[in-house]
Amino acid sequence: MVTTYWLTPYILFFPLLGFLINGLFGRKFKNENLIGWIATSAVAISFLIAVAIFLEMISLPEEEKSKIVDLFNWISVGSFKVDFSLQVDQLSILMTMIVTGVGSLIHMYAIGYMHGDSGFWRFFAYLNLFIFAMLVLVLADNFLLMFLGWEGVGVCSYLLIGFWYDRKFENGTTGDAAKKAFIVNRIGDFGFLLAIFFIVSKFGTLNFQNVFAQSSLLTSGDAIITTITLLLFLGATGKSAQIPLYVWLPDAMAGPTPVSALIHAATMVTAGVYMVARCSILFALAPTTLAVVAVIGILTALVAGSIGLVQNDIKKVLAYSTVSQLGYMFVAMGVGAFSVGIFHLMTHAFFKALLFLGAGSVIHAMHHEQNIQNMGGLKKYLPITYKTFFIAALAISGVPFFSGFFSKDEILWKAFSNGSFTLWLMGIIGAAMTAFYMFRLVTLTFEGKSRFDEHKFHPHESPKVMTTPLIILAILSAVGGFVAIPHALDIFHFGNKFDEFLNPIFSTASFKLRQIEHGSLWTEYLLMITSSSIAIGAIFLARNFYLNKIDFVNSISLKFKKSYNILLNKYFVDEAYEATIIKPISRVSDKFLYQIIDVKVIDNFLNFSAKFIDWLSSVLVKIQSGVVQDYAVVFVFGIVILFGILFVV
Amino acid sequence: MLDQNLLSLIIFSPLLGVAILFFIKNENKSLQKIIAIANTILTFALSLYLYFKFDSTKSDYQFMQDLEWISGFDIHYILGVDGLSLVLILLTTFLTLISIIGTSNSIKEKLKGFLQFVLLLEVGMLGVFLSLDLVLFYVFWEAMLIPMYFLIGIWGGEERIYATVKFFLYTMFGSLLMLVAIIYLGYIASTIPQGAFTTNLIKLNSIAPTLSKDLQLILFLAFTFSFAIKIPLFPFHTWLPDAHVQAPTAGSVLLAGVLLKMGTYGLLRFSIPFFPIAAIEMAPIISTIAVIGIIYGALVAMVQTDIKKLVAYSSVSHMGFIVLGIFSFSIEGTQGAILQMLNHGLSTGALFLLVGMIYDRRHTKLISEFGGLAKIMPIFSTLFLIITFSSIGVPGLNGFVGEFLILLGAFKSTILSRGFSIVSALGVVLSAIYMLWMYQRVFFGVVSKDENRNLKDLNKTEIFVLSLILIFVLWIGIYPSTFLKLTEISSAKILTVLFDTSKYLSIL
Repeated sequence: MVTTYWLTPYILFFPLLGFLINGLFGRKFKNENLIGWIATSAVAISFLIAVAIFLEMISLPEEEKSKIVDLFNWISVGSFKVDFSLQVDQLSILMTMIVTGVGSLIHMYAIGYMHGDSGFWRFFAYLNLFIFAMLVLVLADNFLLMFLGWEGVGVCSYLLIGFWYDRKFENGTTGDAAKKAFIVNRIGDFGFLLAIFFIVSKFGTLNFQNVFAQSSLLTSGDAIITTITLLLFLGATGKSAQIPLYVWLPDAMAGPTPVSALIHAATMVTAGVYMVARCSILFALAPTTLAVVAVIGILTALVAGSIGLVQNDIKKVLAYSTVSQLGYMFVAMGVGAFSVGIFHLMTHAFFKALLFLGAGSVIHAMHHEQNIQNMGGLKKYLPITYKTFFIAALAISGVPFFSGFFSKDEILWKAFSNGSFTLWLMGIIGAAMTAFYMFRLVTLTFEGKSRFDEHKFHPHESPKVMTTPLIILAILSAVGGFVAIPHALDIFHFGNKFDEFLNPIFSTASFKLRQIEHGSLWTEYLLMITSSSIAIGAIFLARNFYLNKIDFVNSISLKFKKSYNILLNKYFVDEAYEATIIKPISRVSDKFLYQIIDVKVIDNFLNFSAKFIDWLSSVLVKIQSGVVQDYAVVFVFGIVILFGILFVV
Repeated sequence: MLDQNLLSLIIFSPLLGVAILFFIKNENKSLQKIIAIANTILTFALSLYLYFKFDSTKSDYQFMQDLEWISGFDIHYILGVDGLSLVLILLTTFLTLISIIGTSNSIKEKLKGFLQFVLLLEVGMLGVFLSLDLVLFYVFWEAMLIPMYFLIGIWGGEERIYATVKFFLYTMFGSLLMLVAIIYLGYIASTIPQGAFTTNLIKLNSIAPTLSKDLQLILFLAFTFSFAIKIPLFPFHTWLPDAHVQAPTAGSVLLAGVLLKMGTYGLLRFSIPFFPIAAIEMAPIISTIAVIGIIYGALVAMVQTDIKKLVAYSSVSHMGFIVLGIFSFSIEGTQGAILQMLNHGLSTGALFLLVGMIYDRRHTKLISEFGGLAKIMPIFSTLFLIITFSSIGVPGLNGFVGEFLILLGAFKSTILSRGFSIVSALGVVLSAIYMLWMYQRVFFGVVSKDENRNLKDLNKTEIFVLSLILIFVLWIGIYPSTFLKLTEISSAKILTVLFDTSKYLSIL
């Protein structure tokens, strides 16, 4: 008997309610705590509901796990029908728990972080709306409803990135960053939208179950399916910040830090990965697309990782690290290891949320200083932040038995066994960079001597409301990986619980891919040891460089000034987009379309014809002079001409 | 008794207010407003009554009224309503109400005349949508120009004369062609066996489609040209930015909200059902023009420096979507187009109201004169943002449903290639660019001009008016069925004519 599934709509309802309460009346609430806790508990309640459903789900037999909860008919025209219905299954409930679980911790943290901000109520209203939109995306049972959530998170990210709308950000304002995020995402959405059209014309429906059931009968390599999946992936590159649409994510740090944590960890960027996983059957039918996904993923991982090596803004390093880690998730998707990709999504949500919140705690303590060159030695002032941040850095670097180790190593293993040695090698290089820039960050921020005026600044640890989420996330980052112990390490026969739970969702896709893993257990051990050693080596290298040999580092960056500058300026991608796309379009629109076609050609033609008529009438009006003699002259001329014509003819 | 004359009552009920206003002293402005508002509420209430009495399962025109008008010819005073006209009636009475409440406070001079002209305009607009006789339709179509001419000419901006003349001549030019076509069509009806001259829409609906292809093409073009100017389709759109920039707020709201819809209404009511062969023949060409309009309007909107002009060009883009939907000849496209007529009326109407509100306070519409308004006018900024999102088609709000259905219809269309839909979908990206760029420059950043520092946020009336629109923005976004159901049969009927024709021609 299903008992908790009917609660699913309430997962959406509470964040929406929180948004409405704070959005409509928040301005009048004088009490920050009231606002903050309304918003936090709204998300926390959704989390508890999701956990209740999850607990029931694991007790149900396989075929009863997935349920559809119908709410109402959304759009219905002719034979085209789309319902506002929710799909509860292993994948969506897991995502719901990640979104609401990590989301509520971020909400709680924000109560402390946003203390005293004049837009406090507005901030929490937006946060709740963000969670709501993300949950619609995750729980939707059809492509169009997913698209509602998909664009919804775009809108919320716009609101939150531009939250401090009167502040400067880099060369512009936060408004520029917000607009960039929305527009770049819209380019991806354009792909998603076209994919929807192709799906409707191919399958006649947008319902996941129907589309996937029909496509399970198709054979691999269908051209339409390849088109659909490529377009869907274009959508994913927008939301999940992959080449070529990743450019918005680093700028998204213009928003308050809890927003960065939310965007980078629990919501938004995970949307693309989730969508690919949700459509695993379609992607499995399109080997070309899968190859594209894997290649884009690994390239993004490397490009973003290399940029991260030299950035000096604490949030910017983390931002590029997110782009890079998302690349790994797509590598997993591309080699058909869908559940592994989702696993990395989960562990990444833990440690990236922790990293951003930790960075927020640092920024909070340093009075909005974000440049790590002006920090150093903070560990004595911020012990909790330091310890938790350190754990997160170990996790993301893939140090054995921290959560990131399990997920990243599994991705690298799948990249090798389902993909190729080259893919694995590139992955290892990316992993080494990750470990290096993370510990560069940790070292420059927390260790060594302080490079700020200690008499002027008295950094102090954040309040409990901020450190509690840090501690919880640190625990998750440390031990969260044990839910998916790889077979090779499973000495106690604990089993890969995560895989067992999630894999049935991807069974059809796996069947279509007919993957045969190559490589033995010993190869797996060998690769594991290699990658772990490289990660640990990179960590020590970074610590050694930035603790003891800072002059050496500086001399290298001077020696390779050109490459250093290219990295520092992020390969000049923003500038290239500006020069090749944005400038030409706006120039043509202004100078040609508007000023020439509209004003000169069309309007001048009209004004000319009006003037011509005016002139014509001014000539013709002279005929009617009112003088009888004139008329007589014309009359006589007329007769003469008529006779002349007669005569000639 | 009421039901028999209901449509006439709806059309002419605004005249009551016009008449009463003559007896009110010029100085007594508040009473004038009360009368005008009460009058528009009455008309809106009557149209709601019509809505509740309307049977959306019937395919025939309802609440028909047929009176002899010009004897000797079969030119009658015939009114009737179907789903298509019903939604436009609701839109018209709603937006007139909104624009009188929302803008009469900003009219400082000759308020009485202003109110009278707005009410007269309402008569004309309602008449256009309810007439089932072509001559009667034409009379309302032309009559409505007069109050609009005065609204822009008297209460307009500095270059109002140029704008009014341009507006008037442009539309007159188009409608004269239509008049010739109407008369010719009536004459043709008399040439068939046992025929007689008629301008009865229902009779012509069965006569016109049987005409030869060449004749259909000529008549189709004559009608459609006139509608193309009204919509306006590229390249007949240049009257629109001028008219909007010069018009007073109420004029802009009704111009964008209702008048432009007359063009697309004309396509659905006359051009296509009368001349299906020509319509099918011309569909790719007109759709191409529509797509050019979508992209062109968006690109030109992007570089405007005046907020109102930007919104005006965005209308060119949005109306292109509607025409594309209509000429996709699919149920999704047609339904989407009709819904989008409603959506554009609401969103663009609201945008013009918002621009009017800031213009009342600052007497400028130049984007560069603003910046940082979010801090000074938070409520205004929030409402502006929601309407912006509605205009750029964010799912959950009204604009998305219409745009999506139109693009889907065009994509599935049997006569248009998929390229039409794919290129038009780029318009969705562009709309985000021009609207958000404008929004950013007006509302974000720091307050750079001292004049903006002391601007007052919206008052209760303004908030009330915008909230009314907001209800529908959300309603249509979340539960569009209320409105889609109304027009389902009208849309299917139009497509049936086309489908029968195409079967007959065996071209699809």
